[in-house]
Amino acid sequence: MSKSKRFFSGLLTIVALVAALVVWSMLPWFGVLAIAVAVAAWLAFTRSGAIALAATRIGIAGLPQRWGASSVIVIGIAGVVGVLVAMLAMGEGFKATLSNTGGTDTAIILRGGSQAETNSVITRDQVPLISGLPGIARGADGQPVSSPELSQVVNLQSKADGTDTNVQFRGVGPAAWALRPKLKIVEGRKFGPGLREMVVGRGAQKQFANLDVGKQVKLANQVWTVVGAFESGDSNESELWADVDVLGPAYQRQAFQSVTVKLDGKNGFKQLSAGLAADPRLKLDAMTTHDYYAKQSEGLTKFLSVLGIVIGSIMAVGAIFGALNSMYAAVAGRSREIATMRALGFRGVPVVTAVMLETMLLALVGGIIGALIAWVVFNGHTVSTLGNNFSQVVFQFRVSPQLLWTGLKWALGIGLVGGLFPALRAARLPVTEALRAG
Amino acid sequence: MKYFHLIWAALFRSRTRTFLTLFSVMTAFFLFGMLDSVRVAFNSGGSVTGANRMIASSRLSLTQMLPYSLDPQIRAIPGVKKSSYAAWFGGIYKDPKNFFPNFSVGPGYLDVYPEFILPADQRKAWEADRTGAIVGETLAKRHGWKVGDVIPLQATIFPTKGSNDWSFKLDGIFKVKDEKQKAGQESVLLFHWNYFDEANDYVKGRVGWYILQLDDASHADRVSKAVDALSANSDHETKTQTEQAFNQAFIKQIGDIGLIVTAIMGAVFFTLLLLTGNTMAQAVRERIPELAVLKTIGFSNRSVLMLVLGESVLLVAIGAVLGLALAPLAMIATTKGSGGFIQLPSSLPPESWVTGLLLMLAFGVLAGLLPALRAMRLNIVDALAGR
Repeated sequence: MSKSKRFFSGLLTIVALVAALVVWSMLPWFGVLAIAVAVAAWLAFTRSGAIALAATRIGIAGLPQRWGASSVIVIGIAGVVGVLVAMLAMGEGFKATLSNTGGTDTAIILRGGSQAETNSVITRDQVPLISGLPGIARGADGQPVSSPELSQVVNLQSKADGTDTNVQFRGVGPAAWALRPKLKIVEGRKFGPGLREMVVGRGAQKQFANLDVGKQVKLANQVWTVVGAFESGDSNESELWADVDVLGPAYQRQAFQSVTVKLDGKNGFKQLSAGLAADPRLKLDAMTTHDYYAKQSEGLTKFLSVLGIVIGSIMAVGAIFGALNSMYAAVAGRSREIATMRALGFRGVPVVTAVMLETMLLALVGGIIGALIAWVVFNGHTVSTLGNNFSQVVFQFRVSPQLLWTGLKWALGIGLVGGLFPALRAARLPVTEALRAG
Repeated sequence: MKYFHLIWAALFRSRTRTFLTLFSVMTAFFLFGMLDSVRVAFNSGGSVTGANRMIASSRLSLTQMLPYSLDPQIRAIPGVKKSSYAAWFGGIYKDPKNFFPNFSVGPGYLDVYPEFILPADQRKAWEADRTGAIVGETLAKRHGWKVGDVIPLQATIFPTKGSNDWSFKLDGIFKVKDEKQKAGQESVLLFHWNYFDEANDYVKGRVGWYILQLDDASHADRVSKAVDALSANSDHETKTQTEQAFNQAFIKQIGDIGLIVTAIMGAVFFTLLLLTGNTMAQAVRERIPELAVLKTIGFSNRSVLMLVLGESVLLVAIGAVLGLALAPLAMIATTKGSGGFIQLPSSLPPESWVTGLLLMLAFGVLAGLLPALRAMRLNIVDALAGR
C-alpha cells in the first residue's frame, strides 16, 4: 500500500471509530441488545459468520497462555469502570437524598431573594399573615397546617476523626410531623413541647458523636437531652430537631427562617403564590418543598458527575493504550498462526472479527468486575458533605442498575477502540513474511 | 552511564509498544498530578504569610455573628500586633452561577493581609469612599470590571431598606503575590464594614469573625486562650484558631476528598504497574537471544540486571515527567471551564513533584524487577539454543 493510501485509510478508520463511539454512547439498552442479537445471528447462520466464530474460538482457546497480557486489559478496564461508577454513584446518592426530601403537596416560604434557609428571615408578625393565606390545607382542628421553622447551624464532632462539623439543628412547630409523613420515630419518643429535648436523624446519629438516645449534648451553652431518633430516608435524617419555641430563645433569635405549609389540593400552590404576591406586607417567595430540595442538589450533583466523567475519561485513555498494547502483542505473538489461517483461506473479515470479539470479551469481563467491585464496596456507603445551608447532608452512595449499565457501556467502548487497530493489523499482516518470521 | 545508548536502543526496539506504554504511563501521572495538587491545595489551607494569623469566630456555629464590642478588648491582649474583622455578605452578581465570596471588612484589613497588593492611590481612594469596594484581579478579569465601574449585588441575607439591591463603586483592584493562592484569593470582593453595619436592615454592631496578627507565631496558644476567655460563658463564646486550622476545618467538611483521591490513585497505579510490568516482560522475552549474546561477550549478570532495570525506569521516567508537566494545563483549563467555581492551582506544587518522582522510581523498579531477574538468571547455552 502506498503511504498516502495508508494515511487515508487510517484517517477513515479513526473517523468511523469516533462516529461509532458517539452512536454507541447514545444507544439505549434495546439498541445494544439488537446489535448483540444481530452479531450472534450472523455468527450462527452465515458462512462467513461461522468462519469468524471458528477463528474466534482459536483465539479464545489461546487466552490462558497469554493470561498476563489479557489480565492487563481486564484489570485496566475494571479500574476505569469501578472509579467511574463510584463517582457517579456519589452524585446519584446525593441527588436521590435531596429529591426524596419534600414533595409537591407542601410548600416552603422564604424571604424573597434568599437561596436557602440560612439566608432567610421571616418575622414573627408575618407568621399569622402567612397562615391566613389561601391555598393552605387545614388540619383536623380546623387550623391551617403550617410550621414556622428555624434552622441553626451548630458544631458537632464527627465520629470519623473528631473534627468539628456543621450540623443543622432545626426548630419546628407542632405541625412539622404532619408535614413530613415519611418521618418515623424509630427509637425513643418525640420531644416534649417547651422542653430542652431533641430528636435526631439516623444519618446524623451515624455520622456525629454523642447522639445516642438518652445522651446529653451541650449546645448554645445549654444542655439538651436526646430523647428519640427518627428515620425518613431523606435529607431530614442529617438533622437534629427540637421545639422551635425553645430553640429560638436559646440562640437569641426572634424571627423564624422559613414556614412550611401543607397545600390544599391541586390549586393550592397557585392560590398560595397569588395570595403572597397580593399582600404587600409579605415580600416572600414560595416554592414547593420538592422544587426547593431539588434545586439544592443541582450544583454538587453536576460537579460530581463532571468530575467522574473527566477522571473516567483520562483513565479510559490510559486503559485504551493498555488494551492496544496487549492486543498488538497478542497479534504479534500469534502472527504465524494468523498467517497460517490467512494462507488457508480465512479472509479479512473473520480475522478482524476474531480479534475484536476476543477484546470485547475481555472488556466485558473487566467491566463486570469493575462494576461489581463498585457495587460491593460503595453501594450504601454513607458519607456526608457540606450542603447549601452551610451544614452537613448525610447521604449514601447509590449504585443503581442504570449506573452499572453505563459502566458496562464504557467497558465495551474501550474494548472497541483497543481491539480495532490490532485487528486491522492482523488482517493486513503480509502472509509470506509472517510465516517466515519467527 | 556508559551503557546509556544500549538502554536507549533497547527501549525503542519495538516503537509501537514503547509509545503505547509511554502514553499510558503519561496518562496515569497526568491524573496523579491533577489529583495530588488538589489534595495539596485542600490540605495546605492558609498561606505561609498567614502563619502568625489567627481567626476568632463564634464557637456556637459558623453563621453566628460576634459583637463589635470585642474589638478593643482583642486589640488590648498582649501578643496581638494588629487585628481587624470581617462579615460575610453573600451577595450575588446577576446570577447565582457567578458565585464569588464577598464580605465587608473593618479598617486595617489590608494590614493583616499584606499579601493583597493594592496600589497606594487606589487604596487611598477606597478608604475615602464609604460605599466603595475593591476586588481581586482574577475576579475583575472574569467580569471585565474596571476601576470606576458600579457593581450591583443582590443580597441573599441582608436587605437594605427593605430591598435586596446593593451597589458598590469599584475603587481598586488588588493582586496576590503567591501563585498558589492566586486563584482563590483574587476572586473576592471587599467593601467597608461601617457601610454594611449602617445600611443593612437586620444586624447592628456585629461582625462575622476577627482576624488577629500576632507578634510571634509561638504566642498562638496563649493568645487563643486569652481571646476565648473574653467571652467565656456568654452568649457569644468564641473559638480562636490559626488561620490554617480554620481553613482546614472548613474544607474538610466538603467531604472525604483524601480518601476518594487515594482510592482513584490506587486504581490507576495498580493498572499502570501491571501494564508496564507486562511490557517489560514482553521486551525481555523477545530479547532472550540478544541478552545471551551480551552475556557471551562478557557482560556480567549484574550488568544485564541493571540494563533491564534501567530500561524500565527510563520508560516510566519519560512518561511520568511528560504527564506531570502536562497536568497544570488541565488544571488551568478546569479552573477556567468551571467559571471559577472550582479553583485549582495553576502549577504543580513542589510536594506533588517530589511524590510523583519518588513513585516514578518505585514503579520503574517494581515493574522491571521480575523481567530483570529473569534476564540475570539466563543460562547462556539454553538461551542461545532457544530453549
